[in-house]
Amino acid sequence: MDAAKAGDRRALARLLSAIENGELHIQEPQRNDSDWKILALTGPPGVGKSCLLDRLLHEWVDHGLRIAVLAVDPSSPRSGGALLGDRVRMQVVDDVERKDSVYVRSVATRKTSGSVPLVVREMAFCLLDVGWDKVVIETVGAGQSEVRCAAVADRIVLVEGPARGDGVQAEKAGLLELADAVIVNKSDLDGAQRHADELRESLHLGHEEAPEVHLVSALHGTGIADVASTLLSVEQSTRAGRARWRERLLSHHERQLLQHIKFELLLSKIEEGLMSFDEAYAELRNGNE
Amino acid sequence: MRGIQRLFHNHQSNPRDMDQPLRIVIAKPGLDGHDRGAKVVARALRDAGHEVIYTGLRRTPEQIIETVRDEDAVLLGLSSLSGAHGHLFPRICETLREHNMGDVIVFGGGIIPEDDWPPLFEAGVRALFGPGTTSEEMVEFIATAVKRDDAGVGHGAGWHWNPSA
Ligand SMILES: Nc1nc2c(ncn2[C@@H]2O[C@H](COP(=O)(O)OP(=O)(O)O)[C@@H](O)[C@H]2O)c(=O)[nH]1
Ligand SMILES: [Mg+2]
Repeated sequence: MDAAKAGDRRALARLLSAIENGELHIQEPQRNDSDWKILALTGPPGVGKSCLLDRLLHEWVDHGLRIAVLAVDPSSPRSGGALLGDRVRMQVVDDVERKDSVYVRSVATRKTSGSVPLVVREMAFCLLDVGWDKVVIETVGAGQSEVRCAAVADRIVLVEGPARGDGVQAEKAGLLELADAVIVNKSDLDGAQRHADELRESLHLGHEEAPEVHLVSALHGTGIADVASTLLSVEQSTRAGRARWRERLLSHHERQLLQHIKFELLLSKIEEGLMSFDEAYAELRNGNE
Repeated sequence: MRGIQRLFHNHQSNPRDMDQPLRIVIAKPGLDGHDRGAKVVARALRDAGHEVIYTGLRRTPEQIIETVRDEDAVLLGLSSLSGAHGHLFPRICETLREHNMGDVIVFGGGIIPEDDWPPLFEAGVRALFGPGTTSEEMVEFIATAVKRDDAGVGHGAGWHWNPSA
């Protein structure tokens, strides 16, 4: 921990692994400042989240900030393995002028059912504690499981691409409800403007106070500087408070169950008919002691 | 400590035990622009249950080592098609040792004539896989190497994978 604080990146990386593997537990720090420390950048695969984040990191670093990234990709439920490919897009880590102000760590979802494991929040606390100014979490996904990122971040930025002709689908509604800002990327392509309009319209339905919708091109850098500075001071949307706590509770509950020493054993017992579902669940709820 | 407490659990294991996925960096040093082979390897290792971080084309040794460091990878797989292995692989091994990362396990693949193998093993590379290698063999090498305590690049010349043995 001390080595990590002194700037030893290997020590930091090891510390994060220990947290990820459940060997080390970091409790939520008391905070009284209102600006965000942990931001989630979320949206469907391929919309350009990693490219966009790379652009934002360039801007934020030039602004004097030191930023850590936790780039989350799904584990294969079959093999348990994962291909972690976000780092390839983050050219900022190869930039000699800026790389000391950026830390990028790829994270697999492992057994979690949602788009982001709750342990990522502890990893973020650790990064903040050793001196990084802010942490950005990139998560993949669209639809219901994605609202889970509300459990780990102070602010949620939804990234979208050009319209695909199906309007704003119902499963996106939950996430739109939670977003503090919305970015439509690939403004260089047809349909981006149209999708931004669709989203604005849908956001304003029934709400007097809706998050801003920004249009950018991570490819060409269009609109990036504005979005980078807007995001730094983006406020938490007041509509989402209760929903966030709901996601946090659900994530916490799931994690407790998954962490139970007998989780796999009880699963096998149910499968083999040696135990009823209710008995197994009751045992899991009783905890490890 | 800004209110952060650490609690140690002792029932947990260390990441080299097989119950946690292994973190593996697959990197392509050198200038050739083909990474199909590297991507095939990355996918095979993912399917074997590992967490694979792919770094993209044309990485310098420094960039590769920084990736291994920041990602806390246990293994580093290097792919070379262009003859760059001759000086780049040993340089990467040396740089890992200089940076106190001697416990990282290095292996290589691509198009590497067998005549070039001995100096690479000498430099601390633990396995070399030609184009015909099966993914089973690579997975078997990894499982074997992580169980040994002399597989890290810091141990220099010594044990290396020998599938016929
Ligand atoms: N045309 C266009 N392509 C983009 C833009 N931003 C990213 N891309 C491309 O979209 C693809 C996916 O980008 P990536 O950042 O990996 O998406 P992610 O899965 O959301 O992280 C890549 O091929 C990028 O080159 C953009 O602004 N315009
Ligand atoms: Mg990405």
